[in-house]
Amino acid sequence: MISIKNVRKAFDTKKVINGLDLEIPRGETLVIMGRSGCGKSVLLKIIAGLLSVDTGEVWINGTEITKLKKKPLNQIRRKIGMLFQSAALFDSMTVAENIAFMLDQHTDLSQQEMRKIVDEKLKLVDLHGVQELRPAQLSGGMRKRVGLARALAFNPEIILYDEPTTGLDPVTCTEINELIRDLNQQLEVTSVVVTHDMHSAFSVGTLMVMLHEGKQLAYGTPEAMINEDNPVLQQFILFGAPDQILNIDNPTLKKFTGRKPQ
Amino acid sequence: MRNPPSESASSNGLAFLIKNRLHSTLSEIGEACRLLAETIFQIFRPPWQFDLLMKQLLFIGFNSLSVVLVSGFFTGMVLGVQGYVQLKPYAVEGSVAQFVSVSVVKELGPMITAFVLSGRIGASITAELSTMKVTEQIDALEVMGTNPVKYLVVPRFLACSIMLPTLTIFSTFAGIFGGYVAVVSLFGFNGYFYVLEVQKNLYVGSVLISLIKATSFGMAIAAVGCYKGFSISTAGGAEGVGTATTGSAVISLITILVLDFVLNHILFNILGLI
Repeated sequence: MISIKNVRKAFDTKKVINGLDLEIPRGETLVIMGRSGCGKSVLLKIIAGLLSVDTGEVWINGTEITKLKKKPLNQIRRKIGMLFQSAALFDSMTVAENIAFMLDQHTDLSQQEMRKIVDEKLKLVDLHGVQELRPAQLSGGMRKRVGLARALAFNPEIILYDEPTTGLDPVTCTEINELIRDLNQQLEVTSVVVTHDMHSAFSVGTLMVMLHEGKQLAYGTPEAMINEDNPVLQQFILFGAPDQILNIDNPTLKKFTGRKPQ
Repeated sequence: MRNPPSESASSNGLAFLIKNRLHSTLSEIGEACRLLAETIFQIFRPPWQFDLLMKQLLFIGFNSLSVVLVSGFFTGMVLGVQGYVQLKPYAVEGSVAQFVSVSVVKELGPMITAFVLSGRIGASITAELSTMKVTEQIDALEVMGTNPVKYLVVPRFLACSIMLPTLTIFSTFAGIFGGYVAVVSLFGFNGYFYVLEVQKNLYVGSVLISLIKATSFGMAIAAVGCYKGFSISTAGGAEGVGTATTGSAVISLITILVLDFVLNHILFNILGLI
């Protein structure tokens, strides 16, 4: 589905991604973890075609996107939905206009048909009666939900999440994690989640990758990651996760808690 | 104990600084030209979104009309007073109408309108676009398969190019009227003679010059405003938005002045228009 081959990306002299290879199979939810500045968000923007690569290839559904011109790239992008860290809702538009934006730009649907789709997508993210509100009138959690509804509007095959729980309170974080997990199961999409929130990572991920110094440090299922004997990875998972997460009723994490250093 | 830096080391440092500054200025000019070229290319590519253009025309045109009229009117009044006072000692105060109309039509009408709009519209375009950039709204547009240049820059560029000459016509009339009010009410000048003199000195060529200048200024304001809005880095934050907005207003003003000189030279000196 998504294949990243020997990708390198540097900003001036700073190498952010340094020869990364990664496979994201169809229908999986891959969580990209790593310390701040390790290139997680840059990788997500490369997959979305927002940033170019210095060298390497990015394949989406059998098409190499790094050398595509704008028009064919935009065709690929219509199969991708992205939830930005700040939700990136258009301030000048209402919630309904935000969600209907892609439909308005790329289809000939009537206002009534678009309204129906907007209501449907808002229901998917468990929001009601907010169609005519402006983004400034929404809470952080609601903005993320609207951002997600907008990402879903064109029925994407791939959803990219850039730190979906950053800046939210613990209850809203849990709600967003459940929402992502439910949507991935319901819609059978391929998802890529960038996060350093371990609760979120273990809640939504079916596959995980740890980036370190621009390279893949570890890759596998959450169980495999916990059992991976790598000090950098273990330090990140163990010290990055608060105690209440390590104690929740999850067999994987129970095993994991047992290895927590004293 | 450290040795004081040698003279050659400090001159090398200065040369390095100048080289860096020159390099960044030239690359900024290059980027701005690239954005301008893409904007012009996108103007002719369908789909054309007239609703976005109408919104910008209304915002730039209708909302700026009052401030342009007031600025034009008072500029004309100042010209009327200054013209009358300066010409009277030579007993040619009768030429004040010609002085006001020629100044306002050929120079001050487009110039005042451009100055007002560069502060009001250019800065607002930069503030809006740079805020969209730092809040990832421009990235969101791209991910949704919409070209940000076509969606955001083209309507603003066209609206500025259309509304600047339109508003210049209003400010020119306001200026001529301001001159009339000043000389008639303050110096008892014959109003009928003022109108006749204005008509006599208003040539099609002069109006054309005024409109060419205004259109060029409009394009420059939009191009600078949009470029400064787009060129901010996502990590720039609120401070970056402020810096970009101030920079946009300053660069717009300088661009208008330079462009005015170049156009004056081409239109009057090379092409010989009057």
